[in-house]
Amino acid sequence: MTLTPSAHAPETAPAIELKGISKAFGPVQANKDISISVMPGTIHGIIGENGAGKSTLMSILYGFYKADKGEIFISGTKTEIPDSQAAISAGIGMVFQHFKLVENFSVLENIILGAEDGWSLSTSLRKARKSLVDLAQEYELNIDPDALIEDIGVGMQQRVEILKALYRQADILILDEPTGVLTPPEADQLFRILGRLREEGKTIILITHKLREIMDITDTVSVMRRGEMTATVKTAETSPEHLAELMVGRKVLLRVDKDIAAPGEIVLDIKNLRVVDDQGVERLKGINLQVRAGEIVGIAGVAGNGQSELLEVLGGYADGSGTVSVNGDPIDLTGKYSDGKSRRKRGIAHVPEDRQREGLIMEYAAWENIAFGYHDDPTYQTGFLMNNAAIRKDTVDKMARFDVRPPDPKLAAKNFSGGNQQKVVLAREIERNPDLLLIGQPTRGVDIGAIEFIHQQVVALRDQGKAILLVSVELEEILALSDRVAVMFDGHIMGERNPTETNEKELGLLMAGVET
Amino acid sequence: MDVMPKWAEVVLVPLISLLLAAILSALVILAIGEDPVAAVKLMVDGALGSTYGWGYTLYYATNFMFTGLAVSIAFHARLFNIGGEGQAMLGGLGVALACLYIPWPHWSLALLGAMVLAGAFGAIWAAIPAYLQAKRGSHIVITTIMFNFIAAALLNYVLVNLLRPKGSMDPATARFPEAVNLPTLHDILAPIGISFSKAAPANVSLIVAVLACFLLWVLIWRTQLGYEIRAYGHSDSAAKYAGISPLKITMIAMIISGGLAGMMAINNVMGEAERLVLNSTEGAGFIGIAVALMGRSHPLGVFIAAILFGFLYQGGAELALWTTIPRELIVVIQALVILFTGALDNMVRMPLERLFIALNGKKA
Repeated sequence: MTLTPSAHAPETAPAIELKGISKAFGPVQANKDISISVMPGTIHGIIGENGAGKSTLMSILYGFYKADKGEIFISGTKTEIPDSQAAISAGIGMVFQHFKLVENFSVLENIILGAEDGWSLSTSLRKARKSLVDLAQEYELNIDPDALIEDIGVGMQQRVEILKALYRQADILILDEPTGVLTPPEADQLFRILGRLREEGKTIILITHKLREIMDITDTVSVMRRGEMTATVKTAETSPEHLAELMVGRKVLLRVDKDIAAPGEIVLDIKNLRVVDDQGVERLKGINLQVRAGEIVGIAGVAGNGQSELLEVLGGYADGSGTVSVNGDPIDLTGKYSDGKSRRKRGIAHVPEDRQREGLIMEYAAWENIAFGYHDDPTYQTGFLMNNAAIRKDTVDKMARFDVRPPDPKLAAKNFSGGNQQKVVLAREIERNPDLLLIGQPTRGVDIGAIEFIHQQVVALRDQGKAILLVSVELEEILALSDRVAVMFDGHIMGERNPTETNEKELGLLMAGVET
Repeated sequence: MDVMPKWAEVVLVPLISLLLAAILSALVILAIGEDPVAAVKLMVDGALGSTYGWGYTLYYATNFMFTGLAVSIAFHARLFNIGGEGQAMLGGLGVALACLYIPWPHWSLALLGAMVLAGAFGAIWAAIPAYLQAKRGSHIVITTIMFNFIAAALLNYVLVNLLRPKGSMDPATARFPEAVNLPTLHDILAPIGISFSKAAPANVSLIVAVLACFLLWVLIWRTQLGYEIRAYGHSDSAAKYAGISPLKITMIAMIISGGLAGMMAINNVMGEAERLVLNSTEGAGFIGIAVALMGRSHPLGVFIAAILFGFLYQGGAELALWTTIPRELIVVIQALVILFTGALDNMVRMPLERLFIALNGKKA
């Protein structure tokens, strides 16, 4: 088996090998008879939709869960991994999607945390400082050991996580969705580091749902679907289209078909909008933005630069100052009439960023969710009581039009897949025929098959002459859908670009706060 | 997907839990050297074997329905109202004031008047912690517990210093006038030819409690307000997105909750004691928590659980009377019931779910 261009002899045992791993959570079979083998000195990608079982598999490997069945071999030796300590001593290091760092500790202190030796901190620190210098040289991972975590950027923080694993002598590195919080230049830098680690003989497992990353950096890739490993292929011998097909189980269209926009009157007019959060931090620092009828304005940016606050204040559940007008009339940004109910009455529909926490009541049936926020609609009432039959009938219609599967209005929202949950929210908001649609992360955690459908619905709404404000951390999505792109950084709009005249590189610089 | 059919979820799980609690209780009775079969027989005979027994069982059940409903409605808004006891005490004060100071021409009007005042007193007592929770973030569990003590102290003061008749040494109000005495089940059932024990305290309040179960069901599952309360209870972030005001829901849910707990007083104060005494609630406010847990905060479940607990109360009293089994053992049995139906719910649920998966797997 020669899967890689590595320097190792082909007869070397795999760095890590899983045989027949199965894991069930109650009725849900999260992993079903999974086997993979990763050769040392290679980068192996694991790709799959949300809920395909990638994270469960890695949690088993790192000792968070115990597999119901199956065996793990590290460098040819059968290994039990009952907890994360065992994983670390087996040479496995994990870089989580959400970093596990102490904000007010220095880089060095974070690196030795949990691996201090002896009673004296200063000897540990001295020792760590020396090996940090060595590591930095060996893998070109330069970093200031005395900087505080809270003062360094996310890219650097991730580097600290990698160093933490290497300091614990990890030979196998697992990275879970590592680029989710990075700007494109930071992601490129991460991939250079990973390439360097591969050259040094480390084995890397990269979990992601981004096809481009798989194509760019991995040697081999495994595709997971519904808890099963559907294929393992050499990256060089596959294509994004083929991988997408393996992930979804059918052919998918990766582009969005749309005509050139014909913008009309200004629908949303934002002037000098400011938002201060509960901690007193100014999250929006004077936003000016207009959205016209019949156009999609996309807000690009790394998560946490004020996009969420923008949606929240426009959606009526965060207070702000400044002026926001819809169809020429200002809306309240504080007080009694600054809430979701009042916004809906003004023709603003909102598909929130986090459908599970905000857009849906997960325990409510689909029909109750279709009424959510519009439950005071007169057609949903009979006298003092709610007309549940009318809501259910309305739900059946809306589910049919948005192809929600299964089309069962009595099924609780939590029992639908991510894509179908999103379709329920979209059906509720779009079918109200709003003048302005706010839509956040429309396809986060949504299977590729449903992405296509959701994008078509958003474009169709635009073509009906509605104004759409789109927020997404997926740059590809912003570029594919938007008629105009505004880039947010640190509560400001860094600039607006025409998506046909810009590229990911230019937007990436703006996202990092660099004027272009 | 829901793996279990609804009947299994609603009937089988609580039934098995109850059975387990019963088996464990039997072991405890065996361990103290008594015969569990005889004990069960005595409890059933004492609580359900005569109209006298039924009269007591239903009397207790009425109390528990009110307090169980009170805890349930708060649960639906994810608020843990532990203050049912204090709210019911204040409700008692409301009943006493209504009965002593207003000359009612007929018991039915008195009942309405007493319900309004009892509900209002209980509601106010619940509204203060609710406001503190919604506006100041004071945890409602802590504040409602504290308000139980304040209520007890307040009642003590009022009874000793203000409402105690001159010359009486008993910290209690005067007896209510004859006109406000509520008809007992004996009085209600006699005209239709059913003879019911004259001595048992169950009274017309039972009908009010059953009506309250139904009305609360309508409120929770059939009105906009109920929809908003449940939505807020499931997800406050989603409620915020929809424009449902947390302040409004917290206040309304707790006011309804306190009102229901307060209304319990029409049963124990107006229907049974016919005067207000210290500790008239006898812990019914706390039993309400167990009833709501076991009844899954559903009015029908609360109705059934209240009757079960009424049976345990009355049967337990009989046990203590006729055997050497101490009265405290009933508390143990109640605790086991709560433990199995509330806290250890998943212990029964998970194996059952697996069983149903296995069964479905074979079919498929």
